[in-house]
Amino acid sequence: MRVTIRLFARLRDLAGSGELVREVASPATIETVWQSLVDEMPDLRAYERTMSVAVNADYAKMSAKVSDGDEVAFLPPVSGG
Amino acid sequence: MPPVAVTPDPLDLQELIEEISRTSTADGAIASFVGLVREENQGRRVSYLEYEAYEPLAVRALQLIIEEARVTWADTRLGVHHRTGRLELGEASIIIVAASPHRAHAFAACRYTIERVKQIVPIWKHEHFEGGDVWLEGATADPDNEAARETARRIACA
Repeated sequence: MRVTIRLFARLRDLAGSGELVREVASPATIETVWQSLVDEMPDLRAYERTMSVAVNADYAKMSAKVSDGDEVAFLPPVSGG
Repeated sequence: MPPVAVTPDPLDLQELIEEISRTSTADGAIASFVGLVREENQGRRVSYLEYEAYEPLAVRALQLIIEEARVTWADTRLGVHHRTGRLELGEASIIIVAASPHRAHAFAACRYTIERVKQIVPIWKHEHFEGGDVWLEGATADPDNEAARETARRIACA
C-alpha cells in the first residue's frame, strides 16, 4: 500500500523534502513507516525519542495502524508562539 | 476570520477582539496577548523568523486548547490567530483574546492558552540570525500529557 509521509522543520531539511510517497507492506503501523524511513535516511533517527507523530492530521501513537492512502507526519519538538 | 486561524497574513488584534466580543454583552473584561519577534535570542542577534506549521493539525490543536480552557473557565470565550511564513523584527506572531464576565478568568485563560500553544501546537520557528540559522525546538508535543497540562494551568493561575 501507499502512504504519504510529511516531514516538518529540521526533519524536512534533513530529508530534503517535506513530502514523500512510499510503498509499505500491509499491515503497517506508524512504527513500520518510521523504520523504513530511517533505513533510507539514517540521520532522521536522532529525532526518534523527541518527535511526535500524526496520522491524517491527528496526533497518534507509534503503534497506530496505517491504511492505504494515509498521511503520516513526523514532527520535531514544537516552538510556536 | 474565525476565532481560530493559522495564516500567512498579518494579524489584526482589533478584528479578533470584535469577533470574540460581538456575540455577548455579558463580558466585563477582555484580556489579550500579542507575541512579537524579538531582536535577541540566547545571545544571538535575530534578523528575522520563518514560522512553519502543519496547518490542519495546528488548527485542531488550537481548538483543543480552547476546549480545555472552557473546562476550567466555563464563562470565558477565546480566539487565537497564529501567523506563518517570514516575520520581521517587531511583527506579531500570535494574538490571543479572552473575553469573560470576570477579569481574573480572562487573564488566566489567556495565559493558559499561550503556555499550551508552546506545548502542543505543531508550529516551528526557523531563526535567522547574524552568522547563521537554526530551527528552534521546544516541547515534544503530546496533548495527552497531563503533567504538561497541569503546568500550564498552574502558571495561568499563579
